[in-house]
Amino acid sequence: MRNLLVLGGGTAGTMVANKLYKKLDRKEWTITIIDKDDEHIYQPGLLLMPFGVYSPEELIKSRRHFIPKGVEFIQSAIEKIVPELNQVFLVGGRAIDYDQLVIATGTTPRADQTPGMSDPKVWKKSVFDFFTFEGSLALRDALANWEGGRLVVHITEMPIKCPVAPLEFAFLADAYFTERKMREKVTISYVTPLEGAFTKPTCSRALGGMLSDRNIILEPDFMLEHIDPEQKIMVSMDEREIPFDLLVTVPLNMGDDLIARSDMGDELNYVPVDKTTFLSKKYSNIFALGDASDIPASKAGSVAHFAVDIFAENFMQHISGQPMTGKFDGHANCFIESGAGKGLLIDFNYETEPLPGMFPIPVVGPFPLLKESRLNHLGKLAFRWIYWNLLLKGRWIPISDQMSMAGKHRAFEEKQNGEKKEVDHYAHH
Amino acid sequence: MPTIEIAGKDIDVNEEGFLTKYDQWDEAIAKVLAEQIGVEMTDEHWKIVNFLRSDFKSAGETATSRRVQVVGGFPIKEQFVLFPKKPAKKMAYIAGLPKPKGCV
Ligand SMILES: Cc1cc2nc3c(=O)[nH]c(=O)nc-3n(C[C@H](O)[C@H](O)[C@H](O)COP(=O)(O)OP(=O)(O)OC[C@H]3O[C@@H](n4cnc5c(N)ncnc54)[C@H](O)[C@@H]3O)c2cc1C
Repeated sequence: MRNLLVLGGGTAGTMVANKLYKKLDRKEWTITIIDKDDEHIYQPGLLLMPFGVYSPEELIKSRRHFIPKGVEFIQSAIEKIVPELNQVFLVGGRAIDYDQLVIATGTTPRADQTPGMSDPKVWKKSVFDFFTFEGSLALRDALANWEGGRLVVHITEMPIKCPVAPLEFAFLADAYFTERKMREKVTISYVTPLEGAFTKPTCSRALGGMLSDRNIILEPDFMLEHIDPEQKIMVSMDEREIPFDLLVTVPLNMGDDLIARSDMGDELNYVPVDKTTFLSKKYSNIFALGDASDIPASKAGSVAHFAVDIFAENFMQHISGQPMTGKFDGHANCFIESGAGKGLLIDFNYETEPLPGMFPIPVVGPFPLLKESRLNHLGKLAFRWIYWNLLLKGRWIPISDQMSMAGKHRAFEEKQNGEKKEVDHYAHH
Repeated sequence: MPTIEIAGKDIDVNEEGFLTKYDQWDEAIAKVLAEQIGVEMTDEHWKIVNFLRSDFKSAGETATSRRVQVVGGFPIKEQFVLFPKKPAKKMAYIAGLPKPKGCV
Protein backbone atom coordinates (compact mmCIF):
# COMPACT_ATOMS: atom_id res chain seq x y z
CA MET A 1 0.00 0.00 0.00
CA ARG A 2 1.12 3.51 -0.71
CA ASN A 3 0.01 6.54 1.30
CA LEU A 4 -0.94 9.97 0.05
CA LEU A 5 -0.65 12.33 3.00
CA VAL A 6 -2.41 15.71 2.90
CA LEU A 7 -1.40 18.36 5.43
CA GLY A 8 -4.24 20.77 6.16
CA GLY A 9 -7.98 20.11 5.84
CA GLY A 10 -8.97 23.56 4.58
CA THR A 11 -10.20 24.50 1.11
CA ALA A 12 -7.35 22.97 -0.90
CA GLY A 13 -6.64 19.91 1.27
CA THR A 14 -10.31 18.90 1.39
CA MET A 15 -10.69 19.23 -2.38
CA VAL A 16 -7.54 17.15 -2.95
CA ALA A 17 -8.83 14.36 -0.68
CA ASN A 18 -12.19 14.30 -2.47
CA LYS A 19 -10.81 14.36 -6.00
CA LEU A 20 -8.12 11.77 -5.45
CA TYR A 21 -10.33 9.46 -3.41
CA LYS A 22 -12.38 9.04 -6.57
CA LYS A 23 -9.38 8.60 -8.85
CA LEU A 24 -6.87 6.49 -6.94
CA ASP A 25 -7.03 2.70 -6.90
CA ARG A 26 -8.16 1.90 -3.35
CA LYS A 27 -6.40 -1.47 -3.37
CA GLU A 28 -3.12 0.34 -3.87
CA TRP A 29 -3.51 3.69 -2.11
CA THR A 30 -4.60 5.06 1.24
CA ILE A 31 -5.26 8.75 1.83
CA THR A 32 -4.62 10.47 5.15
CA ILE A 33 -5.46 14.08 5.95
CA ILE A 34 -4.31 15.99 9.04
CA ASP A 35 -5.61 19.21 10.55
CA LYS A 36 -5.16 20.71 13.97
CA ASP A 37 -8.88 21.19 14.58
CA ASP A 38 -12.26 20.04 13.31
CA GLU A 39 -13.69 23.43 12.38
CA HIS A 40 -13.84 24.24 8.70
CA ILE A 41 -14.41 27.96 8.38
CA TYR A 42 -15.98 29.53 5.30
CA GLN A 43 -13.39 32.31 5.14
CA PRO A 44 -15.12 34.58 2.56
CA GLY A 45 -17.89 34.95 5.15
CA LEU A 46 -15.44 36.61 7.57
CA LEU A 47 -15.63 39.74 5.42
CA LEU A 48 -19.39 39.99 5.83
CA MET A 49 -19.82 38.85 9.44
CA PRO A 50 -18.67 42.20 10.93
CA PHE A 51 -21.60 43.85 9.13
CA GLY A 52 -24.09 41.34 10.48
CA VAL A 53 -24.68 39.59 7.14
CA TYR A 54 -23.85 36.13 8.50
CA SER A 55 -24.22 34.69 11.97
CA PRO A 56 -21.18 32.84 13.35
CA GLU A 57 -22.90 29.43 13.05
CA GLU A 58 -23.35 29.84 9.32
CA LEU A 59 -19.61 29.97 8.80
CA ILE A 60 -18.36 26.88 10.64
CA LYS A 61 -18.88 23.20 9.90
CA SER A 62 -17.13 20.00 10.94
CA ARG A 63 -14.22 19.15 8.61
CA ARG A 64 -15.20 15.45 8.76
CA HIS A 65 -18.44 16.31 7.02
CA PHE A 66 -16.51 17.12 3.82
CA ILE A 67 -13.93 14.35 3.94
CA PRO A 68 -14.88 11.02 2.32
CA LYS A 69 -15.46 8.14 4.76
CA GLY A 70 -12.62 6.09 3.30
CA VAL A 71 -10.06 8.83 3.97
CA GLU A 72 -8.39 8.79 7.38
CA PHE A 73 -8.70 12.12 9.22
CA ILE A 74 -6.20 12.77 11.99
CA GLN A 75 -6.91 15.71 14.25
CA SER A 76 -3.55 16.96 15.50
CA ALA A 77 -1.17 19.87 15.16
CA ILE A 78 1.76 19.06 12.85
CA GLU A 79 5.27 19.60 14.16
CA LYS A 80 7.41 19.12 11.07
CA ILE A 81 8.11 17.39 7.79
CA VAL A 82 11.30 15.40 7.32
CA PRO A 83 11.55 14.89 3.54
CA GLU A 84 14.69 12.78 3.82
CA LEU A 85 12.69 10.16 5.77
CA ASN A 86 9.40 10.65 3.91
CA GLN A 87 7.82 11.24 7.30
CA VAL A 88 5.70 13.86 9.00
CA PHE A 89 5.87 14.30 12.77
CA LEU A 90 2.85 15.35 14.78
CA VAL A 91 3.13 17.50 17.89
CA GLY A 92 3.67 14.87 20.59
CA GLY A 93 6.07 12.83 18.47
CA ARG A 94 3.94 10.40 16.40
CA ALA A 95 5.42 9.84 12.93
CA ILE A 96 3.33 9.29 9.78
CA ASP A 97 4.89 7.82 6.66
CA TYR A 98 4.05 9.01 3.19
CA ASP A 99 4.84 8.10 -0.38
CA GLN A 100 3.43 11.34 -1.78
CA LEU A 101 2.85 14.50 0.25
CA VAL A 102 0.54 17.45 -0.38
CA ILE A 103 1.18 20.55 1.73
CA ALA A 104 -2.04 22.58 2.04
CA THR A 105 -1.49 24.39 5.33
CA GLY A 106 -2.55 27.80 4.01
CA THR A 107 -1.51 31.19 5.30
CA THR A 108 -2.52 33.11 8.43
CA PRO A 109 -2.46 36.73 9.63
CA ARG A 110 0.37 37.43 12.07
CA ALA A 111 -0.25 40.53 14.15
CA ASP A 112 2.76 39.51 16.28
CA GLN A 113 5.08 40.46 13.41
CA THR A 114 4.46 44.23 13.65
CA PRO A 115 5.62 46.01 16.80
CA GLY A 116 2.70 47.39 18.80
CA MET A 117 -0.04 45.75 16.75
CA SER A 118 -0.97 43.01 19.20
CA ASP A 119 -0.36 45.21 22.26
CA PRO A 120 -3.15 44.43 24.77
CA LYS A 121 -3.91 48.14 25.08
CA VAL A 122 -5.21 48.22 21.51
CA TRP A 123 -5.61 44.66 20.17
CA LYS A 124 -9.31 43.84 19.78
CA LYS A 125 -10.09 47.15 21.47
CA SER A 126 -9.19 49.67 18.74
CA VAL A 127 -7.11 47.45 16.41
CA PHE A 128 -8.88 44.54 14.74
CA ASP A 129 -8.35 42.00 12.01
CA PHE A 130 -11.14 40.21 10.14
CA PHE A 131 -9.07 37.41 8.59
CA THR A 132 -9.64 35.19 11.64
CA PHE A 133 -12.94 34.00 13.02
CA GLU A 134 -12.33 35.55 16.45
CA GLY A 135 -11.17 38.82 14.91
CA SER A 136 -14.17 39.09 12.62
CA LEU A 137 -16.59 38.40 15.47
CA ALA A 138 -14.94 40.92 17.81
CA LEU A 139 -15.06 43.49 15.04
CA ARG A 140 -18.79 42.94 14.54
CA ASP A 141 -19.41 43.93 18.16
CA ALA A 142 -17.00 46.86 17.99
CA LEU A 143 -18.69 48.25 14.86
CA ALA A 144 -22.16 47.86 16.33
CA ASN A 145 -21.18 49.97 19.35
CA TRP A 146 -18.95 52.50 17.64
CA GLU A 147 -19.93 56.13 17.77
CA GLY A 148 -17.76 57.32 14.92
CA GLY A 149 -14.34 58.84 14.37
CA ARG A 150 -11.38 57.90 12.19
CA LEU A 151 -11.69 54.45 10.64
CA VAL A 152 -8.54 53.21 8.95
CA VAL A 153 -8.68 50.12 6.72
CA HIS A 154 -5.16 48.82 6.20
CA ILE A 155 -2.96 46.21 4.51
CA THR A 156 0.37 45.58 6.24
CA GLU A 157 2.23 43.90 3.41
CA MET A 158 1.59 41.94 0.23
CA PRO A 159 0.94 39.17 -0.56
CA ILE A 160 -2.24 38.55 1.45
CA LYS A 161 -4.97 36.02 0.81
CA CYS A 162 -7.97 37.42 -1.02
CA PRO A 163 -6.17 40.69 -1.90
CA VAL A 164 -9.47 42.51 -2.62
CA ALA A 165 -10.98 41.76 0.81
CA PRO A 166 -9.69 44.95 2.52
CA LEU A 167 -11.01 47.11 -0.31
CA GLU A 168 -14.36 45.40 -0.04
CA PHE A 169 -14.26 46.04 3.69
CA ALA A 170 -13.84 49.77 3.02
CA PHE A 171 -16.78 49.79 0.55
CA LEU A 172 -18.97 47.83 2.93
CA ALA A 173 -18.05 50.10 5.86
CA ASP A 174 -19.12 53.11 3.81
CA ALA A 175 -22.47 51.44 3.04
CA TYR A 176 -22.90 50.25 6.64
CA PHE A 177 -22.40 53.67 8.20
CA THR A 178 -24.55 55.31 5.53
CA GLU A 179 -27.37 52.90 6.30
CA ARG A 180 -27.01 53.59 10.01
CA LYS A 181 -27.23 57.30 9.22
CA MET A 182 -23.86 58.11 10.76
CA ARG A 183 -21.60 58.32 7.71
CA GLU A 184 -20.84 61.99 8.41
CA LYS A 185 -19.44 61.02 11.82
CA VAL A 186 -16.92 58.69 10.23
CA THR A 187 -13.85 59.37 8.09
CA ILE A 188 -12.63 56.31 6.20
CA SER A 189 -9.05 55.98 4.95
CA TYR A 190 -7.61 53.15 2.92
CA VAL A 191 -3.93 52.69 3.75
CA THR A 192 -1.84 50.38 1.56
CA PRO A 193 1.82 49.60 0.84
CA LEU A 194 0.89 49.42 -2.87
CA GLU A 195 1.11 52.34 -5.28
CA GLY A 196 -2.65 52.39 -5.78
CA ALA A 197 -5.91 50.78 -4.72
CA PHE A 198 -5.08 47.35 -6.14
CA THR A 199 -2.22 45.29 -7.49
CA LYS A 200 -3.31 45.18 -11.11
CA PRO A 201 -3.18 48.55 -12.91
CA THR A 202 -6.51 48.34 -14.79
CA CYS A 203 -8.25 47.28 -11.62
CA SER A 204 -6.44 49.81 -9.56
CA ARG A 205 -7.88 52.60 -11.68
CA ALA A 206 -11.47 51.34 -11.61
CA LEU A 207 -11.36 50.55 -7.91
CA GLY A 208 -9.50 53.75 -7.03
CA GLY A 209 -12.37 55.68 -8.65
CA MET A 210 -14.81 53.75 -6.51
CA LEU A 211 -12.92 54.86 -3.39
CA SER A 212 -13.07 58.55 -4.23
CA ASP A 213 -16.76 58.22 -5.22
CA ARG A 214 -17.39 57.03 -1.68
CA ASN A 215 -15.30 59.69 -0.01
CA ILE A 216 -12.72 57.17 1.12
CA ILE A 217 -9.23 58.65 1.35
CA LEU A 218 -6.50 56.60 -0.36
CA GLU A 219 -3.05 56.55 1.33
CA PRO A 220 -0.72 54.62 -1.01
CA ASP A 221 2.96 53.61 -0.52
CA PHE A 222 2.55 53.32 3.25
CA MET A 223 4.81 50.62 4.69
CA LEU A 224 3.95 50.20 8.37
CA GLU A 225 6.88 50.11 10.79
CA HIS A 226 5.06 50.09 14.12
CA ILE A 227 1.88 51.05 15.91
CA ASP A 228 2.07 53.40 18.87
CA PRO A 229 -0.52 51.90 21.22
CA GLU A 230 -0.52 54.89 23.59
CA GLN A 231 -1.31 57.53 21.01
CA LYS A 232 -3.07 55.25 18.51
CA ILE A 233 -0.85 56.24 15.63
CA MET A 234 0.51 54.14 12.76
CA VAL A 235 4.11 55.03 11.89
CA SER A 236 5.60 54.10 8.51
CA MET A 237 9.14 53.07 7.62
CA ASP A 238 9.73 56.59 6.32
CA GLU A 239 8.24 58.13 9.45
CA ARG A 240 4.87 59.23 8.16
CA GLU A 241 2.15 59.07 10.81
CA ILE A 242 -1.53 58.18 10.53
CA PRO A 243 -3.73 58.50 13.63
CA PHE A 244 -6.78 56.26 14.06
CA ASP A 245 -9.70 55.61 16.37
CA LEU A 246 -10.55 52.27 14.84
CA LEU A 247 -7.96 50.38 12.82
CA VAL A 248 -9.07 47.41 10.73
CA THR A 249 -5.84 45.87 9.53
CA VAL A 250 -4.77 42.85 7.56
CA PRO A 251 -1.63 41.81 9.44
CA LEU A 252 1.35 40.30 7.62
CA ASN A 253 0.24 36.97 6.14
CA MET A 254 2.62 34.05 6.56
CA GLY A 255 2.63 30.35 5.83
CA ASP A 256 2.55 28.11 8.91
CA ASP A 257 5.66 27.97 11.12
CA LEU A 258 5.71 24.22 10.51
CA ILE A 259 7.21 25.07 7.11
CA ALA A 260 10.01 27.05 8.77
CA ARG A 261 10.60 24.25 11.30
CA SER A 262 10.96 21.86 8.35
CA ASP A 263 13.32 24.30 6.62
CA MET A 264 11.19 24.15 3.48
CA GLY A 265 9.98 27.72 3.00
CA ASP A 266 10.97 31.14 1.73
CA GLU A 267 11.11 34.28 3.89
CA LEU A 268 7.33 34.14 4.45
CA ASN A 269 7.17 30.36 4.98
CA TYR A 270 5.78 29.68 1.51
CA VAL A 271 6.91 26.49 -0.21
CA PRO A 272 8.76 27.08 -3.51
CA VAL A 273 7.04 25.08 -6.28
CA ASP A 274 6.82 25.01 -10.06
CA LYS A 275 4.08 27.52 -10.83
CA THR A 276 2.38 25.37 -13.46
CA THR A 277 2.39 21.96 -11.67
CA PHE A 278 2.83 22.80 -7.93
CA LEU A 279 5.60 20.21 -7.60
CA SER A 280 8.21 21.20 -5.00
CA LYS A 281 11.37 22.65 -6.54
CA LYS A 282 13.38 20.37 -4.26
CA TYR A 283 11.48 17.12 -3.71
CA SER A 284 9.88 15.00 -6.41
CA ASN A 285 7.18 13.54 -4.14
CA ILE A 286 6.02 16.76 -2.47
CA PHE A 287 3.45 19.24 -3.80
CA ALA A 288 2.16 22.45 -2.25
CA LEU A 289 -1.35 23.64 -3.12
CA GLY A 290 -3.50 26.60 -2.14
CA ASP A 291 -2.19 29.50 -0.10
CA ALA A 292 0.81 27.51 1.21
CA SER A 293 2.76 27.67 -2.07
CA ASP A 294 4.85 30.52 -3.45
CA ILE A 295 3.14 30.72 -6.88
CA PRO A 296 2.74 34.32 -8.08
CA ALA A 297 -1.07 34.10 -8.24
CA SER A 298 -3.69 35.47 -5.87
CA LYS A 299 -4.07 33.48 -2.68
CA ALA A 300 -7.75 32.65 -3.06
CA GLY A 301 -10.16 29.78 -2.83
CA SER A 302 -10.98 30.15 -6.52
CA VAL A 303 -7.30 29.77 -7.41
CA ALA A 304 -7.06 26.70 -5.16
CA HIS A 305 -10.06 25.21 -6.93
CA PHE A 306 -8.64 25.70 -10.43
CA ALA A 307 -5.27 24.47 -9.21
CA VAL A 308 -6.62 21.28 -7.65
CA ASP A 309 -8.48 20.35 -10.84
CA ILE A 310 -5.25 20.46 -12.79
CA PHE A 311 -3.23 18.85 -10.01
CA ALA A 312 -5.55 15.83 -9.72
CA GLU A 313 -5.08 14.88 -13.38
CA ASN A 314 -1.34 15.52 -13.22
CA PHE A 315 -0.95 13.48 -10.05
CA MET A 316 -2.23 10.33 -11.77
CA GLN A 317 0.44 10.77 -14.45
CA HIS A 318 3.11 11.57 -11.87
CA ILE A 319 2.60 8.39 -9.83
CA SER A 320 2.72 6.23 -12.91
CA GLY A 321 6.04 7.76 -13.88
CA GLN A 322 4.79 9.90 -16.76
CA PRO A 323 5.47 13.61 -17.24
CA MET A 324 2.70 15.90 -16.00
CA THR A 325 0.93 17.48 -18.96
CA GLY A 326 -1.53 19.84 -17.25
CA LYS A 327 -0.28 23.41 -16.84
CA PHE A 328 -1.86 25.92 -14.48
CA ASP A 329 -2.13 29.44 -15.96
CA GLY A 330 -2.69 31.38 -12.72
CA HIS A 331 -6.42 31.72 -13.29
CA ALA A 332 -8.19 33.65 -10.53
CA ASN A 333 -11.63 35.11 -10.32
CA CYS A 334 -13.41 36.82 -7.58
CA PHE A 335 -16.58 38.64 -6.70
CA ILE A 336 -15.95 42.02 -5.11
CA GLU A 337 -18.53 43.37 -2.70
CA SER A 338 -18.99 47.09 -3.27
CA GLY A 339 -21.61 47.77 -0.63
CA ALA A 340 -25.34 48.57 -0.66
CA GLY A 341 -26.19 45.18 -2.11
CA LYS A 342 -23.93 45.46 -5.14
CA GLY A 343 -20.81 43.72 -6.31
CA LEU A 344 -18.44 43.31 -9.24
CA LEU A 345 -16.52 40.39 -10.66
CA ILE A 346 -12.91 40.21 -11.78
CA ASP A 347 -11.16 37.44 -13.66
CA PHE A 348 -7.46 37.22 -14.54
CA ASN A 349 -4.36 35.01 -14.76
CA TYR A 350 -0.52 35.15 -14.75
CA GLU A 351 -0.49 36.98 -18.08
CA THR A 352 -3.76 38.85 -18.45
CA GLU A 353 -4.92 41.78 -16.37
CA PRO A 354 -8.49 41.86 -15.14
CA LEU A 355 -10.61 43.22 -18.00
CA PRO A 356 -14.05 44.69 -18.03
CA GLY A 357 -16.74 42.82 -19.97
CA MET A 358 -19.15 39.99 -19.28
CA PHE A 359 -18.01 36.73 -17.70
CA PRO A 360 -19.81 33.84 -19.34
CA ILE A 361 -20.87 31.35 -16.68
CA PRO A 362 -23.20 28.79 -18.22
CA VAL A 363 -26.41 28.29 -16.22
CA VAL A 364 -26.01 31.20 -13.79
CA GLY A 365 -24.24 33.90 -15.80
CA PRO A 366 -23.28 36.05 -17.50
CA PHE A 367 -21.86 38.29 -14.81
CA PRO A 368 -20.69 41.83 -15.58
CA LEU A 369 -16.91 42.05 -15.18
CA LEU A 370 -15.23 44.91 -13.34
CA LYS A 371 -18.50 46.80 -13.09
CA GLU A 372 -20.94 47.07 -10.25
CA SER A 373 -24.19 45.19 -10.42
CA ARG A 374 -26.64 43.56 -8.07
CA LEU A 375 -26.20 40.23 -9.82
CA ASN A 376 -22.56 40.02 -8.79
CA HIS A 377 -23.51 40.56 -5.18
CA LEU A 378 -26.01 37.72 -5.39
CA GLY A 379 -23.25 35.65 -6.97
CA LYS A 380 -21.15 36.17 -3.89
CA LEU A 381 -23.93 35.13 -1.56
CA ALA A 382 -24.73 32.06 -3.68
CA PHE A 383 -21.06 31.15 -3.46
CA ARG A 384 -21.41 30.08 0.19
CA TRP A 385 -23.86 27.42 -0.88
CA ILE A 386 -21.66 26.38 -3.79
CA TYR A 387 -18.64 26.22 -1.46
CA TRP A 388 -20.21 23.93 1.14
CA ASN A 389 -22.17 21.76 -1.26
CA LEU A 390 -20.14 21.45 -4.44
CA LEU A 391 -16.67 22.92 -4.29
CA LEU A 392 -15.20 21.21 -1.22
CA LYS A 393 -16.56 17.86 -2.30
CA GLY A 394 -14.83 18.19 -5.62
CA ARG A 395 -18.04 18.34 -7.66
CA TRP A 396 -18.26 20.10 -10.97
CA ILE A 397 -18.78 23.84 -10.84
CA PRO A 398 -19.56 25.75 -14.00
CA ILE A 399 -16.30 27.69 -14.33
CA SER A 400 -13.28 26.45 -16.32
CA ASP A 401 -9.74 25.97 -14.97
CA GLN A 402 -8.15 27.89 -17.78
CA MET A 403 -9.01 31.52 -18.17
CA SER A 404 -11.10 32.26 -21.23
CA MET A 405 -11.08 35.52 -23.16
CA ALA A 406 -14.74 35.06 -24.12
CA GLY A 407 -16.77 38.12 -23.26
CA LYS A 408 -13.81 40.27 -22.28
CA HIS A 409 -13.16 43.64 -23.79
CA ARG A 410 -9.77 43.42 -25.46
CA ALA A 411 -10.06 46.87 -26.97
CA PHE A 412 -10.32 48.33 -23.52
CA GLU A 413 -7.17 46.50 -22.53
CA GLU A 414 -5.26 47.99 -25.42
CA LYS A 415 -6.49 51.46 -24.65
CA GLN A 416 -5.55 51.04 -21.01
CA ASN A 417 -2.07 49.91 -21.99
CA GLY A 418 -1.70 52.98 -24.11
CA GLU A 419 -2.54 55.10 -21.11
CA LYS A 420 -0.26 53.11 -18.89
CA LYS A 421 2.72 54.21 -20.93
CA GLU A 422 2.16 57.81 -20.04
CA VAL A 423 1.23 57.27 -16.43
CA ASP A 424 3.90 54.83 -15.36
CA HIS A 425 6.86 55.73 -17.51
CA TYR A 426 9.22 55.31 -14.66
CA ALA A 427 12.53 56.16 -16.26
CA HIS A 428 11.42 59.75 -16.70
CA HIS A 429 10.80 60.43 -13.02
CA MET B 1 10.19 46.57 -26.59
CA PRO B 2 12.14 49.84 -26.70
CA THR B 3 15.92 50.07 -26.76
CA ILE B 4 17.73 53.01 -25.19
CA GLU B 5 21.34 54.08 -25.01
CA ILE B 6 22.91 54.23 -21.55
CA ALA B 7 26.61 54.76 -20.81
CA GLY B 8 27.40 54.18 -24.47
CA LYS B 9 25.56 50.86 -24.77
CA ASP B 10 22.26 49.84 -26.35
CA ILE B 11 20.01 48.48 -23.63
CA ASP B 12 16.63 46.72 -23.85
CA VAL B 13 14.01 48.08 -21.49
CA ASN B 14 10.28 47.59 -20.93
CA GLU B 15 7.65 50.32 -21.20
CA GLU B 16 8.39 51.44 -17.65
CA GLY B 17 12.12 51.68 -18.31
CA PHE B 18 13.17 48.54 -16.41
CA LEU B 19 15.99 46.54 -18.02
CA THR B 20 14.73 43.31 -19.59
CA LYS B 21 18.04 41.45 -20.08
CA TYR B 22 19.97 40.47 -16.95
CA ASP B 23 23.33 40.37 -18.71
CA GLN B 24 23.16 43.84 -20.23
CA TRP B 25 23.60 45.42 -16.79
CA ASP B 26 26.87 46.75 -15.42
CA GLU B 27 27.88 49.21 -12.71
CA ALA B 28 28.20 52.15 -15.09
CA ILE B 29 24.60 51.59 -16.21
CA ALA B 30 23.46 51.27 -12.60
CA LYS B 31 24.97 54.67 -11.84
CA VAL B 32 23.06 56.30 -14.68
CA LEU B 33 19.80 54.59 -13.70
CA ALA B 34 20.30 55.70 -10.09
CA GLU B 35 20.93 59.29 -11.15
CA GLN B 36 17.72 59.30 -13.21
CA ILE B 37 15.69 58.61 -10.08
CA GLY B 38 17.70 60.89 -7.82
CA VAL B 39 19.71 58.27 -5.93
CA GLU B 40 23.41 58.82 -5.29
CA MET B 41 25.15 55.47 -4.96
CA THR B 42 27.21 54.84 -1.78
CA ASP B 43 28.78 51.62 -0.50
CA GLU B 44 25.54 50.81 1.32
CA HIS B 45 23.55 51.20 -1.90
CA TRP B 46 25.94 48.94 -3.77
CA LYS B 47 25.70 46.23 -1.12
CA ILE B 48 21.95 46.05 -1.55
CA VAL B 49 22.08 46.23 -5.34
CA ASN B 50 24.67 43.45 -5.42
CA PHE B 51 22.53 41.34 -3.12
CA LEU B 52 19.56 41.80 -5.46
CA ARG B 53 21.65 40.81 -8.47
CA SER B 54 22.97 37.61 -6.91
CA ASP B 55 19.66 36.68 -5.29
CA PHE B 56 17.90 37.04 -8.64
CA LYS B 57 20.41 34.69 -10.19
CA SER B 58 19.65 31.93 -7.68
CA ALA B 59 15.95 32.56 -6.94
CA GLY B 60 14.87 33.54 -10.46
CA GLU B 61 12.79 36.46 -9.17
CA THR B 62 13.42 39.96 -7.89
CA ALA B 63 13.60 40.06 -4.09
CA THR B 64 10.84 41.95 -2.29
CA SER B 65 11.69 44.42 0.49
CA ARG B 66 10.99 41.70 3.02
CA ARG B 67 13.31 39.27 1.32
CA VAL B 68 16.05 41.92 1.18
CA GLN B 69 15.56 42.26 4.95
CA VAL B 70 15.22 38.59 5.92
CA VAL B 71 17.62 36.97 3.46
CA GLY B 72 19.94 39.89 2.67
CA GLY B 73 20.05 41.33 6.18
CA PHE B 74 19.22 44.96 5.21
CA PRO B 75 16.36 46.24 7.40
CA ILE B 76 13.36 47.63 5.50
CA LYS B 77 13.77 50.86 7.40
CA GLU B 78 17.29 51.27 6.01
CA GLN B 79 15.98 50.51 2.50
CA PHE B 80 13.58 53.44 2.89
CA VAL B 81 16.44 55.74 3.89
CA LEU B 82 18.64 54.69 0.97
CA PHE B 83 15.90 54.46 -1.68
CA PRO B 84 13.21 56.86 -0.44
CA LYS B 85 9.45 56.32 -0.88
CA LYS B 86 9.44 53.23 -3.11
CA PRO B 87 12.50 51.17 -2.19
CA ALA B 88 11.40 47.85 -3.72
CA LYS B 89 10.79 49.43 -7.10
CA LYS B 90 13.84 51.68 -7.02
CA MET B 91 16.24 48.94 -5.94
CA ALA B 92 15.02 46.68 -8.75
CA TYR B 93 15.29 49.53 -11.26
CA ILE B 94 18.90 50.28 -10.39
CA ALA B 95 19.82 46.59 -10.22
CA GLY B 96 18.47 46.11 -13.77
CA LEU B 97 15.85 43.60 -12.67
CA PRO B 98 12.08 43.30 -13.23
CA LYS B 99 9.74 45.01 -10.75
CA PRO B 100 9.31 42.59 -7.84
CA LYS B 101 6.13 40.52 -8.03
CA GLY B 102 4.80 39.97 -4.51
CA CYS B 103 1.86 42.12 -5.51
CA VAL B 104 -0.84 39.85 -6.93
C1 LIG C 1 -11.81 37.51 4.86
C2 LIG C 1 -11.52 36.57 3.72
C3 LIG C 1 -12.28 36.62 2.56
C4 LIG C 1 -12.02 35.77 1.50
N1 LIG C 1 -12.80 35.85 0.38
C5 LIG C 1 -12.54 35.03 -0.67
C6 LIG C 1 -13.35 35.09 -1.84
O1 LIG C 1 -14.30 35.87 -1.94
N2 LIG C 1 -13.04 34.26 -2.88
C7 LIG C 1 -11.99 33.39 -2.81
O2 LIG C 1 -11.76 32.66 -3.76
N3 LIG C 1 -11.21 33.30 -1.71
C8 LIG C 1 -11.46 34.10 -0.63
N4 LIG C 1 -10.68 34.01 0.50
C9 LIG C 1 -9.47 33.17 0.50
C10 LIG C 1 -9.73 31.69 0.74
O3 LIG C 1 -10.49 31.49 1.89
C11 LIG C 1 -8.38 30.99 0.88
O4 LIG C 1 -7.54 31.34 -0.18
C12 LIG C 1 -8.53 29.47 0.89
O5 LIG C 1 -9.28 29.07 2.00
C13 LIG C 1 -7.16 28.80 0.88
O6 LIG C 1 -7.27 27.43 1.07
P1 LIG C 1 -6.07 26.60 1.68
O7 LIG C 1 -6.54 25.21 1.72
O8 LIG C 1 -4.81 26.93 1.00
O9 LIG C 1 -5.92 27.17 3.19
P2 LIG C 1 -6.95 27.05 4.39
O10 LIG C 1 -8.33 26.82 3.89
O11 LIG C 1 -6.71 28.22 5.25
O12 LIG C 1 -6.53 25.71 5.14
C14 LIG C 1 -5.29 25.51 5.79
C15 LIG C 1 -5.50 24.46 6.86
O13 LIG C 1 -4.25 24.00 7.37
C16 LIG C 1 -4.36 23.78 8.76
N5 LIG C 1 -3.02 23.87 9.35
C17 LIG C 1 -2.09 24.84 9.14
N6 LIG C 1 -0.98 24.61 9.85
C18 LIG C 1 -1.19 23.45 10.53
C19 LIG C 1 -0.40 22.70 11.44
N7 LIG C 1 0.85 23.07 11.79
N8 LIG C 1 -0.93 21.57 11.97
C20 LIG C 1 -2.20 21.16 11.61
N9 LIG C 1 -2.98 21.83 10.75
C21 LIG C 1 -2.49 22.98 10.22
C22 LIG C 1 -5.30 24.88 9.23
O14 LIG C 1 -5.94 24.53 10.45
C23 LIG C 1 -6.27 25.01 8.06
O15 LIG C 1 -7.43 24.23 8.25
C24 LIG C 1 -10.94 34.84 1.61
C25 LIG C 1 -10.19 34.76 2.78
C26 LIG C 1 -10.46 35.62 3.84
C27 LIG C 1 -9.63 35.53 5.09
